[in-house]
Amino acid sequence: MTHFVQKTEGVARVSDDGYLPVRLVDVAHARSGDKGDTANVGVIARKPEWYELLARELTLQRVTAHFAGVIDGPVERFELPNLNALNFLLHGALDGGGTLSLKTDAQGKVFSTALLRMVLDVPADEVERLGLPVAPAQH
Amino acid sequence: MTTNDNRVVRVASGQGFWGDSLEAPRQQVEGGPVDYLMLDYLAEVTMSILQKQKERDPRMGYARDFVGAIDSVLPAVVERGVRVIANAGGVNPPACADAILGVAEKRGARGKVKVGVVTGDDLLPRLDELIAEGHALANMETGEPLDTVRDRVLSANAYIGSTPIVEALGRGAQVVITGRSTDTALTMAPLRYEFGWGSEDWNHLAAGIIAGHIIECGAQCSGGNCLYDWRSIPDLAEVGYPIVEAKADGTFVVTKHPNTGGRVDVHSVTEQLVYEMGDPHSYITPDVVADFTTIHLAPDGPDRVRVFGIEGRPATDKLKVSIAYRAGFKAVGTLVYAWPDALEKAQLADRVLRERLDRLGLKFDHVLTEFVGASATHGALAGPPPADLPEVQLRVGVRGGDRAAVERFTREIAPLVLNGPPSVTGFAGGRPKVEEIVAYWPALVDKRVVQTKVEVLS
Repeated sequence: MTHFVQKTEGVARVSDDGYLPVRLVDVAHARSGDKGDTANVGVIARKPEWYELLARELTLQRVTAHFAGVIDGPVERFELPNLNALNFLLHGALDGGGTLSLKTDAQGKVFSTALLRMVLDVPADEVERLGLPVAPAQH
Repeated sequence: MTTNDNRVVRVASGQGFWGDSLEAPRQQVEGGPVDYLMLDYLAEVTMSILQKQKERDPRMGYARDFVGAIDSVLPAVVERGVRVIANAGGVNPPACADAILGVAEKRGARGKVKVGVVTGDDLLPRLDELIAEGHALANMETGEPLDTVRDRVLSANAYIGSTPIVEALGRGAQVVITGRSTDTALTMAPLRYEFGWGSEDWNHLAAGIIAGHIIECGAQCSGGNCLYDWRSIPDLAEVGYPIVEAKADGTFVVTKHPNTGGRVDVHSVTEQLVYEMGDPHSYITPDVVADFTTIHLAPDGPDRVRVFGIEGRPATDKLKVSIAYRAGFKAVGTLVYAWPDALEKAQLADRVLRERLDRLGLKFDHVLTEFVGASATHGALAGPPPADLPEVQLRVGVRGGDRAAVERFTREIAPLVLNGPPSVTGFAGGRPKVEEIVAYWPALVDKRVVQTKVEVLS
């Protein structure tokens, strides 16, 4: 598996079941905004051929679990294959939203990178086929 | 218009919100050929701020920056026929028009500038009549009827579409001033006017709306706030604001003037497309329901992105109404704690502060503590902070209906500098300010009750 290691710094680890960690921030970019007390996060594949992976991995359940305890409401999910993008609505994310909110991020501007903190477990053969950057090892 | 209309109409964006670059409008008309300059001044709460200004002075209530913007682009308007469309009128479009005519006179262009004024979006004087007629104006998020906050309402404006702007252009207006028209209509209207798109030409109208969505936030589609490869985006100090080059068939190119900074590519445009997106299948506007899942983007040379394939559906019979109401008071106080153990000190200060607020018997609807530098933006997702943070900002906010309690809170921050945990600084700014909260109440109203009016003055 050493040829994966060359793509990023650090050491790639293949887990026992043949999966490799891929950081979402390395395969996607994102922008977020607000509508009342709801933040939206649009996640976009950095390469068109990586969209399928995002659509498969970023399930409603997975994203809901990611934001558990950070937002108060449910999550909605929409697909935009034409833009290689997914859109998530995070309800109850903004402490009331707009002028009511006491949060630094009252308008949900950086929920985008909060979602990009996610790390995906991707089968090693898919990592190779798609040329995905593997997460550097934790220190 | 003929079917082989091959003209390109250029709409330039020169303002993404009230407070955006003062230079951008002039740079857009001087940097290369443009036919229309589109300036978006209104955010959700802007109308209520303007309403307060109008209450103090009946000649105010519009975006004052627009007067300077017109001053800076007047030669292009008078000599080169660039037409300007702006929702700068706020809650007082006629007063805004007077100010613009005043600028024209001062610059020796009296009688040379026709100003179109669109009114009819202001529902505040008609609110009781509408409620009496059975329009609940229920909050779109909570379902509560407007009755519950009626006595605290400051402003109420329907979001209006492209039709009155098209009319003003048809009557020769060189500057069109609206109140609460949708941001996107400011771009779509000139395209509809130029290409003769019909009011049921759904795909073309949707294309115009999406062109508007892409450029309505100014440089946010041309390299500003762009996460994709942000380090390599050139010369943000001279960032070029976006321009749409549209054709009669509803296709368009997003670009910017040559020799400007920033970047227009598929990545920057896609980031803007998903900004503030709801259900992408149904982007509802007064003119059309646009479908964002039909948009196709393709590179078209350096700093050029071609946009095509857009489809739309018939508009609904409702208009969205932007209502602002007084919703209590808030204040936010901050202190900075330094290494060593910066976070722990800030956490102790927060506990001390809250205990003092409790002992004083102060009641708030909400108290929020954030530790800037450790977890303020991403909360628990940030994970445990490093043990050795150089500094942490303690940021405490309170909100409630009792102004005196919020006022008292602002007096409890400073004492912590001397009577709380050590290594504290960053209080040079003085006591936090108490702010009245003007909250946003989105509602729907039947389209038929809103009648817009167009006047053309010179």
